[in-house]
Amino acid sequence: MQFGPTEEQQMIVDTVRRFVETEIYPHEAEVERTGEVPAELAEAIKSKCIETGFYACNFPEEVGGAGLSHLEFALVERELGRGSMALTHFFGRPQNILMACEGEQRERYLLPAVRGERMDALAMTEPGAGSDVRGMTCSAVRDGGDWVLNGTKHFISGAEHADFIIVFVATGEDDTPRGKKKRITTFLVDRGTPGFTIRDGYNSVSHRGYKNMILDFDNCRLPDAQVLGEVDGGFAVMNEWLYATRITVATMSVGRARRVFDMALAQAAEREQFGQPIGKFQGVGFQIADMITEIDAADWLTLAAAWRLDQGLPANREIASAKLYSSEMLARVTDAALQIFGGMGLMDDLPIERFWRDARVERIWDGTSEIQRHIISRDLLRPLGA
Amino acid sequence: MKVLVPVKRVIDYNVKVRVKSDGSGVDLANVKMSMNPFDEIAVEEAIRLKEAGKAEEVVAVSIGVKQSQETLRTALAMGADRAILIVAADDVHTDIEPLAVAKILKAVIDEEAPGLVLCGKQAIDNDMNATGQMLAALTGWSQGTFASELDIEGDSATVTREVDGGLQTIKIKMPAIVSVDLRLNEPRYASLPNIMKAKKKPLDEKTAADYGVDTAPRLEIVKTSEPETRKAGEIVGSVDELVAKLKEAGAL
Repeated sequence: MQFGPTEEQQMIVDTVRRFVETEIYPHEAEVERTGEVPAELAEAIKSKCIETGFYACNFPEEVGGAGLSHLEFALVERELGRGSMALTHFFGRPQNILMACEGEQRERYLLPAVRGERMDALAMTEPGAGSDVRGMTCSAVRDGGDWVLNGTKHFISGAEHADFIIVFVATGEDDTPRGKKKRITTFLVDRGTPGFTIRDGYNSVSHRGYKNMILDFDNCRLPDAQVLGEVDGGFAVMNEWLYATRITVATMSVGRARRVFDMALAQAAEREQFGQPIGKFQGVGFQIADMITEIDAADWLTLAAAWRLDQGLPANREIASAKLYSSEMLARVTDAALQIFGGMGLMDDLPIERFWRDARVERIWDGTSEIQRHIISRDLLRPLGA
Repeated sequence: MKVLVPVKRVIDYNVKVRVKSDGSGVDLANVKMSMNPFDEIAVEEAIRLKEAGKAEEVVAVSIGVKQSQETLRTALAMGADRAILIVAADDVHTDIEPLAVAKILKAVIDEEAPGLVLCGKQAIDNDMNATGQMLAALTGWSQGTFASELDIEGDSATVTREVDGGLQTIKIKMPAIVSVDLRLNEPRYASLPNIMKAKKKPLDEKTAADYGVDTAPRLEIVKTSEPETRKAGEIVGSVDELVAKLKEAGAL
């Protein structure tokens, strides 16, 4: 067992940290205020990221990525987690699900995504299908040799900037002993395809500027070439690739928690009340102790889950634990930090209130805390017949 | 032409410096350390010279504790070709004084025969601003300090110097020691491919004794203290009030 980064890994961490501090932090307040990322700024972040070879570093070398291990990529995302998501989105990390591209799909989607020429987004959630993915009503039916898509997706992050979307839709239904079960197929849909529109979603308190979009499919006609993976194989594609987004939430929660913690620690040491630094009061000092203990625990839990993936070990339960614990840890840490800052913590003169708001969504998206607990408990109990 | 770039491992510029309770210096235990920012500018300039075809090889050298190896790896990840680590101390709190550093660098120059030494104008820990100048004296080479622009043509270099109240442009003969200032360039990020390659690049390890240089300190640090904390200001309501307050304070 070895607890600590290699020299290369430490350099990766240092470089990404510096990138975030230099290229992201100075623009955060403006993005927060306007809810928009200026196109030139997005382009600047993206091109610097491409220049330094970090763009799509989660992809293997044979398709033009940097071939980082899951552990190394977790270290990258942990540092990115410190910065505004609206901005770090352009530190491009295409969905690893694109590795499922075959034949000419590689030229049209996978390779341009890795090169940073085309951006992607992932669409699964619907107004009536959140945690219950199989409840989706967005559907595709055969018409001649084509598929015709109808329905609506919402909460689609990154769709605003996407050149194409990876969309999961129902393509049939099976009768099973446990009732009807939808069959799901994954499609690659280009922006601008007739019958497909992308519009603004809702105003969220979390991650302003990292917009959630609504996708409408109105008799959107797609040829077979747009199917990613097998027809009716959507669940296989999800199971093979979608673990990544949960690790992303876990690592980014840890990174943000560390940034918040550093601010809270400095405040506890510098802010004086009753003639002494507030950190000297046990009520605050112990709070600090609990915060760092939880952050470290979440950090190691997450890195260990990523390490298991690298070792080819089963990791589904561990990833769920990391996502669950890290996102809930972030909620507690940001709340405690806000308490340490007192009234000023609620004012938008400081970023504390933003971190506190941003933290709330981490327990919801990419599988709610409840879904993670379900995954964990099922993983433990099912083998025992329960 | 070969370019030699001395780099120093110093307390990270983002770290809030804490003075040790006995006043003997700054606490460096468990503190983030990184490359002196001025040295980073020097590394960047050397790499740019190489990219422009004016230099063939960039050699980074660091003198200090063994952990300075990390600083050299950073230089390699930025694009330096190889590195020399000269271990001259065991304790992170031991600072090697500029004269000893200059003497060791002189010995390295004798071995490596570079055409140019690019160094930071000073290290942000002790702000000595002396090594480059001392090295120029020891080697008898030209010196161009506080460079904000550097142009090398054949056997001479044009150096724009940041001097008090303006800029001074000088032309010096090569080989030369050029110490760099903040505005010379903006150092690049280490690229991911270069980070991965850094470990495969050669890093020679030597000791100060190998060069026969005595690194024992010649200066005694009598006391280190925190800067005086700034007193709180006051917000005034009008220009009249401001003038009155300034008169009160004897400033007008």
